[in-house]
Amino acid sequence: MKLWIPFAAAAGVFVGAAIIFGADWDLPPVDTDQIGYRGTGMYHTLDREDQAALRLANVAPEPLYEADPEGDRAGEFYENVQVLGDLSTDEFNLFMASITEWVSPVQGCAYCHNEENLASDEVYTKVVARRMIQMTQTVNVDWQAHVAETGVTCYTCHQGQPVPANVWSRNLVPGEKGTALGWSGGQNIVNETAGNTSLPINALESYLLEDKPIRVHSLTALPNGENTATTKETEETWGLMMHMSESLGANCMTCHNSRAFNDWDQSPPQRVTAWHGIRMAREINQTYMTGLAPVFPDNRKGPEGDVLKVSCATCHNGVQKPLYGVSMLREFVDSLGTKTNTDVPDYTTYKPGETTTMSPANTTSIEPLNGAIGEDTALASAD
Amino acid sequence: MQYQNIFTQVQVRGPVEAGIPLPRGDDERVGTPFYNWLAGWFGNAQIGPIYLGFLGTASLIAGTIWFVIVGFNMLASVGWDPIQFIRQLFWLALEPPPAKYGLSIVPPLNEGGWYIISSVFLLASVLLWWARIYVRARALGLGTHVFWAFGAAIWLFLVLGLFRPLLMGNWAEAVPYGIFPHLDWTAAFSIRYGNLYYNPFHCLSIVFLYGSVLLFAMHGATILAVTRYGGERELEQITDRGTASERAALFWRWTMGFNATMESVHRWAWWFAVLTPITGGIGILLTGTVVDNWYLWGMKHGIVAPLPDMWPTVVDPAIGG
Repeated sequence: MKLWIPFAAAAGVFVGAAIIFGADWDLPPVDTDQIGYRGTGMYHTLDREDQAALRLANVAPEPLYEADPEGDRAGEFYENVQVLGDLSTDEFNLFMASITEWVSPVQGCAYCHNEENLASDEVYTKVVARRMIQMTQTVNVDWQAHVAETGVTCYTCHQGQPVPANVWSRNLVPGEKGTALGWSGGQNIVNETAGNTSLPINALESYLLEDKPIRVHSLTALPNGENTATTKETEETWGLMMHMSESLGANCMTCHNSRAFNDWDQSPPQRVTAWHGIRMAREINQTYMTGLAPVFPDNRKGPEGDVLKVSCATCHNGVQKPLYGVSMLREFVDSLGTKTNTDVPDYTTYKPGETTTMSPANTTSIEPLNGAIGEDTALASAD
Repeated sequence: MQYQNIFTQVQVRGPVEAGIPLPRGDDERVGTPFYNWLAGWFGNAQIGPIYLGFLGTASLIAGTIWFVIVGFNMLASVGWDPIQFIRQLFWLALEPPPAKYGLSIVPPLNEGGWYIISSVFLLASVLLWWARIYVRARALGLGTHVFWAFGAAIWLFLVLGLFRPLLMGNWAEAVPYGIFPHLDWTAAFSIRYGNLYYNPFHCLSIVFLYGSVLLFAMHGATILAVTRYGGERELEQITDRGTASERAALFWRWTMGFNATMESVHRWAWWFAVLTPITGGIGILLTGTVVDNWYLWGMKHGIVAPLPDMWPTVVDPAIGG
């Protein structure tokens, strides 16, 4: 009997089924909006089923109540309120209730506080949360080119989870750990941060932590020796672009005319917003996330021991405008839309469970308290 | 209905054919010939014997070494995990050395050294097979058209993996050995050099590629359509033109005013097929060496369609900021 026929047929059915059901197809209908000039193929494409699911997953919660801005200041009424001291106690309590809903609804206040002594900084998450509030203020004040008036709150990224769903850390591909074989040039493995392509695995580290040049095109038709970027650099840039596309549920045409990817004159304005977003993510990772490295315990770090960092997906969560453009900031302008205190303590001195007050005044006796003067000295020492 | 066919209709069976006696100095053919019904659907039902000889054997050995080197590097790149090797097989690749090693033929083994070694074997394998095709064609008293056609493909292969990296000054310009990675490389190559769409040799290559497809479809359809008159016996129809050939020719002359002949259609097909990689290879060789941005080159030479400025407010935020 010819056994190979049923075997071949079974293999064919298996491969066929794997292709049909294993791949993440978007079934029709797909909505397409023309955004560019006719004939350029510039369309937004949005899958209706995906959009329905994303709409359900990205809903901004209603504010708990409206706080009274009058009355005692939180900084005078409570102990160890370093950043939000200018709020009224009512606003401060609303903010504390809200941040619990946004970040640790299951774990409650105890996720950041010693419930016996709410003022103490002994739980590391409280130190992190204070820095994250400063970060959110910076984003809303300094990065309006990216977040506009809509702004962000803790919920934009956290969405009810202590660690946002979409974070990243350094990823060494398996073959690079000291063997004589397996050169894959830092790519050629399923790259989950770049749309499951085989593009370079550490594109986020290159562009959203370090500032490796993203641009690879030559600005002259003929070679003049100035542009040393190769196909490899292009692949890494492409990895970042895939990441942005997947993070926003947007396609290339949202920001580019694909006939000349680099040409700003043919690019939609979203590209300018995205340009600022890349720099915003870089500042967040360089200044805020990496700066907190001494505070994070090992279980809040990646396999290579670096802190978890933000990418475009951290805020966007698959949507071009996070939370579909609903501004939660509007209710929290005093707390998150204003830079209140930009001082940074020396985090290397932090001892979890022991440090009760983590403040610049407490950890550095040499530097003056005033943030502006602190920046001046930093600049002077940089010279 | 007998002639309304898509698949091969006739399977000739009889004593298996051993082939003509080989000249002195040639090796023996390998394998006992047998019939296979499935093979008969696609071609001749007889499988084997095969002539390997020195060139074929050496080519297979070299090719196998290349294949095994690439495979083991892929396996190592997932930490020797056989399950991940299968799952991620299409993602895996052996990369060329990074640009910093230039044209060194001895970069560290795990930084492209294996790529160089495996490439030497791949090159040997392909060239040996090329030589074998020439020798086998002469041994049968044939012309060397297949040899030259394969040479056209080897030209493109050599441009990608040898000539262009030599001109650019580093092996990093070569193509990775992997399924998705070589496709990513191709797309990234086009993006880096300002869109190959505006490369005129790329245009030509596409013309010949799509032209080949069209010619293949026209010719295949024509011959299938006249099999009821014996049209699939093309050689007889060439030397002694019969009604099948006449009808096929008339069909095209009546529908488009011009017809190829039983002979000339194969010259059309050969040239279109051969010119696809020849023009493509020229286009690749010029990219990065002579032209750095094909879009801007196209602007300069008036082949880019002008578009209205849809977003006049958009300026490069890196300028002056």
